[in-house]
Amino acid sequence: MTCREFLEILDDVIDESISAETRAELETHLRKCGHCKVVLNTTRKTIEIYRCHDIYELPADDTDRLHAAIMERCQKKRCDDHA
Amino acid sequence: MPTIQSIAEVNEPHPDVALVERVRGGDISAYDTLVRKYERQLFRIAQHITQNREDAEDVMQDAFLKAYEKLDQFQGNSKFYTWLVRIAVNESLMRLRKRRTGKTVSMDEDVQTEEGSMPRDFADWAPNPEQNFTQTELGEILGKTIQGLPQGFRVVFVLRDVEGLSTEETAETLGLSVPAVKSRLLRARLQLRDRLTRYFRKKTPAAASAADTKPGNGAEK
Repeated sequence: MTCREFLEILDDVIDESISAETRAELETHLRKCGHCKVVLNTTRKTIEIYRCHDIYELPADDTDRLHAAIMERCQKKRCDDHA
Repeated sequence: MPTIQSIAEVNEPHPDVALVERVRGGDISAYDTLVRKYERQLFRIAQHITQNREDAEDVMQDAFLKAYEKLDQFQGNSKFYTWLVRIAVNESLMRLRKRRTGKTVSMDEDVQTEEGSMPRDFADWAPNPEQNFTQTELGEILGKTIQGLPQGFRVVFVLRDVEGLSTEETAETLGLSVPAVKSRLLRARLQLRDRLTRYFRKKTPAAASAADTKPGNGAEK
C-alpha cells in the first residue's frame, strides 16, 4: 500500500468498513510510515473532538424560549386550519 | 442479499413514526416531543450554515413550523429526522440568500478546487491535546477552525460526523451524489486536521520553551 492508496481508503478505515485483507495491508503500511499513522490518529481525534464539544450549545433558557415560540406557532396554525 | 439482521432493522419502525402518526391524528403534544428531541441539532446545523445566532434561531423555528405544516407530505421513505434536517438546510440557505442580496448561495461554493485534498502537516499531536486549553479557548479554536472551511465541506462534515447522518442520508439531504459527499467529507476531515495541528501539536522541548500556541498568540495565522 502506498501513501496515496492509504488516503483513498482513509474514510473507510475511520468508518471501519474495510476488509480483513485491506486491514492487513494497512497495518503493514502504518508500521513503515509514520506520516500516515499520524494522519490516521489525528483525523480520528479531529472527529472525536468535534463530536464531543458542542460549539453552538443553546443555553437552557433560550431552548425553552424557542421551544415555547415554536409550539405556539404550531398551535396557532392548527387553530387557523380548524377555523 | 440482505441479512436477517438488516431485514429486522427494516421491519422495525422508528419510534418517530408513531409520534408523526399521532401528530397527524391531531395530538399536538406528540409534536412537542419531536421538537424537544431535535431542536438542539437543528439549531446547531442552522448556526453552522448561517454563521449567525439570530438567523439560526429563526431558521430553527421556521423549519419546525414548516415541517408541521407539511407533515402530510412526509412519506416515511426517509427518517423523520433526515427530512427535518433537509428542511432546516434549505431554510438556512434561503436565509443566507436574503443576507447576501444578489449573490447566489449554493452547496458548491469554493469546492471546485483540489486545494486541501492532501495532508500537509505531519506533526503528531500531544496526548489529549484539548486538555491544554480552557473550555472557552477550545470553543474558540474549534469554532474558528470549522468556520474557515468552504461551506460545501463544512455542511457535509457537520451532518455526517457531528450529527451522525449516514453518507447516503447526507447525500439525500444536500441533493448531492454519494461520491460527492465522500470526496467532500475526506477533504473536510483532512483540512480540519491540518488546521487543528497548529494548536494541538506535541511540543518538542525547544518549542515548549518558545512562544505558546494558544489563541491570540499568532498560532492561527
